[in-house]
Amino acid sequence: MSTHTFLLNGARVSVDCDDDLRMLWVVRDLLGVHGPKYGCGLGVCQACTSHLNGLAVNLCAVRVGDIDDNDEIVTIEGLAATVGAPLHPMQQAWLDHDVSQCGYCQPGQIMTAVAKVRQARAEGRDLTDADYDQIRNVCRCGTYPRIRLAIAAGAQGMRRGG
Amino acid sequence: MDKLEHGDELGHGEQTGESRGVTRRSFVGYLIAAPTLVAAADLAFDSAALAALPTVQPVDAFDLTDGLTLTTAPTSQLISVEIRSDGTVAFALPRAEVGQGITTAVAMTIADEMGMPLDKVQVTLADARPELVWNQITAGSNSMHSIFTPVRVAAAIARERLLEAAAVVLGQPVGNLSLVDGIIRSVTGQTVAVATVAGLAAVSQTVAVQATLKSPSQFTLIGTPRGRIDAHDIVTGAKLFAMDLDIPGALPTMLCRAPTINASAISVRNFAAVKAMPGITDVVIIPHTTFVPGGVAVRGQTFGHCITAIRALDVVWGPGTVDGKSEANVLADLRASELPMLPPLLGKVIEDTFVFHFRPGDPLETSCAVADVRSDRAEVWAALKTPIWCKEQLALHLGLPLDKVTVHVTQAGGSFGRHLFPDAAFEAAEVSRVLGKPVKLMWHRTDNFRQGRVHPMCTSHVRLVHLLGNVLTFDQRHTSVATDFSQGFGELLTALVAMVPGLNGLTYAQLIFSLTANVPYNFGVVTQLINEIYAFNTFNTSSVRNIYSPEVCSAKELIVDRAARSMGKDPLAFRREFVRDARLRAVLDQVASAGNWGRTMPAGTAQGIAIHKEYKGAAACLVEIDCRAATVNRRVPDAYTGPRVTKVVYAVDVGLPINPLGLEAQMMGGIMDGIAQALSYSLHLQNGHFVEGSWDNAYYTRQWNTPPSVQIIVMPPTGDSPGGAGEFGVAATMAAVACAYARATGTNPTRFPINHDLPLGFTPLPTVPSIPESPTDGLEKAF
Repeated sequence: MSTHTFLLNGARVSVDCDDDLRMLWVVRDLLGVHGPKYGCGLGVCQACTSHLNGLAVNLCAVRVGDIDDNDEIVTIEGLAATVGAPLHPMQQAWLDHDVSQCGYCQPGQIMTAVAKVRQARAEGRDLTDADYDQIRNVCRCGTYPRIRLAIAAGAQGMRRGG
Repeated sequence: MDKLEHGDELGHGEQTGESRGVTRRSFVGYLIAAPTLVAAADLAFDSAALAALPTVQPVDAFDLTDGLTLTTAPTSQLISVEIRSDGTVAFALPRAEVGQGITTAVAMTIADEMGMPLDKVQVTLADARPELVWNQITAGSNSMHSIFTPVRVAAAIARERLLEAAAVVLGQPVGNLSLVDGIIRSVTGQTVAVATVAGLAAVSQTVAVQATLKSPSQFTLIGTPRGRIDAHDIVTGAKLFAMDLDIPGALPTMLCRAPTINASAISVRNFAAVKAMPGITDVVIIPHTTFVPGGVAVRGQTFGHCITAIRALDVVWGPGTVDGKSEANVLADLRASELPMLPPLLGKVIEDTFVFHFRPGDPLETSCAVADVRSDRAEVWAALKTPIWCKEQLALHLGLPLDKVTVHVTQAGGSFGRHLFPDAAFEAAEVSRVLGKPVKLMWHRTDNFRQGRVHPMCTSHVRLVHLLGNVLTFDQRHTSVATDFSQGFGELLTALVAMVPGLNGLTYAQLIFSLTANVPYNFGVVTQLINEIYAFNTFNTSSVRNIYSPEVCSAKELIVDRAARSMGKDPLAFRREFVRDARLRAVLDQVASAGNWGRTMPAGTAQGIAIHKEYKGAAACLVEIDCRAATVNRRVPDAYTGPRVTKVVYAVDVGLPINPLGLEAQMMGGIMDGIAQALSYSLHLQNGHFVEGSWDNAYYTRQWNTPPSVQIIVMPPTGDSPGGAGEFGVAATMAAVACAYARATGTNPTRFPINHDLPLGFTPLPTVPSIPESPTDGLEKAF
């Protein structure tokens, strides 16, 4: 048992727990932030995808002991604040394309999408079908085609100012 | 807006207020004594609805949709809308929202019938209400069909009562008033807000009134594409599911589950050591029963603590229900139990038996529930499609009066039939009862695959005989591992059998099968029969999305393609010639045209086409598939790629589409299911357990399997009531993909999904401990 501190959606938080506890449970069960969802706990379904220092990670596959004091975690709840707007362009694209069905996987889908766009932008290119084919997030409702459309639209929104 | 209809607020039966001559029916309902305006419908006394009671049996005349709606009519007067003093409309929907968009469609219906803006209508999910009897079950894609008219009647009564109250305020005849976009207006331009008159419209004594529904031509919302009313909450992380509820004292709880299906825990060798682990509050054996899956429950500070403790448990397990069995044994039992066919007539016989393997039936949100059971009361929160039955069973089991058991219906992270079974609610309640503490119970994903509910393995034997250009006979013998209809839904089916002459003596399976299976072609003498093997709880099954239809339809359409080939006809031309339903022919023509049927395609690729009739609607699907080696052998880590469906064109006629955008979403989901079921998604039964334990083992459609092109065509209205939608995308897609695969590969596939007999593409997770350790490589995989 030790004290862990880091930034969560812009606020400094501290928890007392074992180093081995996965961040998904730190965030959900100890800090009460429920946007990242549990879908497998195996790093497979990606429903808990959130951002660590701007990169997409599966919180179920990160030990809290591997998180540093200055690490910044952003969950779906904190995404819009990263662009200083009521909604991040990717969230707006999700609304525009009515992507969600049950919605359970969508926080993870959106966080993955934002990271994918950033990744492609860092490489100086646009996302292609080949990139979409690499996205591992499970959507059991099967709204995959709308996810693709929304990512493309969200990428445009991010280019404009996101 | 036609002022006459509002002027005639007392109602006089049939009216023809529309200049187009559209006949509108008037309905009886109630203004309910309450501090604010509450209005309810009463279809039980609607003679027009009762006159439609069927007296014949063939599925064409009376299907499952009719049956489910019939059971809800007697309690329709208990469906009410409330106008709050702030001018908003509240409706507690007695159905489950599982992603199908029912809350949005119902909000649109209420708003349209009343004349309110959509954002002033708030739809929540009702707690279990036993007085609703059969009217709080979400099944058979029936919700919109059964609730459309009651909701409209209640909304119409509320609208007319508001206008009456406004008439007093404005000093105008009620006939001069209308409610449009949330504002009551008079013909002379006066306005008054709904909030102003909501209190005045309330009644102190419940009275029966009549109301006249708007004609479809007056709809401004119904039939227009609308985004989900919960979309904003979803994309901001604000939508709450059962596991997101903060119920005081309800600590995370998980179960260590058996290494074989349905085995019970006998003892725990290291009970004290595990109970003493950091963060663990309780460890207790929960026996396996008919309703409670059971195992060894562990309650702790976080789910992470539970996982660690479960992995440390050393449990002695008893026998399961299928120990030692593998799917070859099940297949042999199925083959031995097939009902006989009559000897074939003279002619060309097209015949085969198709095998459909077990496949998972669970949504992405694993089974979960919150329960707080005390000696004098109980409270449960869970995603439930049969909440009344759940409440009744809990009261019985806990020895509590019904009114001391509260069952809250939470938003569900998907269902696909799964939430007809309150397993998690029962299990959470049992753990809470035993411990005397609240619990937040969650299943691990691996357990959901291995001990969760599955679509049963089945075979479908089809024989078609044709002669001189005609099909003389079509026989189908479907043989299945028993589907569990026992929980709640089964009681409804029992009631249905009692209500409808001619259904006596049918088992649940025969009833569902006879009310859904059909052959929409002129094929002479047609017989379709089902037989089931094993007791209902040998395997854990559920009526997975579309129940028997995907397999029944796929077997049928594969044989249709073979018959067409045998008769030298094109698959589309053959279907057009023999289809016996105009709406089916219309959707068939639609996909053939939009999908450019018959276009020249490279070797190893092909089109497939199929049709399906169910839920008072018609559906057709055209797909293109790529089975060339370069595609099949694509490499994606820890994935099955295989043949790729490159294009889907799907046309659906649901009678009256409420929300085309939501309807497209439901078809899209069904399409993804159909692709998975034909090509990749199954479970392997080996030695008493299913080997799959993660989404990277059981291959539901992923992005790398998603068709680059998906076109969904919602046909214009062909009726004045909505049919079913939630399951309607599956069967035709699965059949079309199967047919396309056969044509692309030049084979006659008979075992589905088609990858099932390939060597396993993964190393199975251990069965002991039942839960795998969570990985620690998240940072290395960051992108």
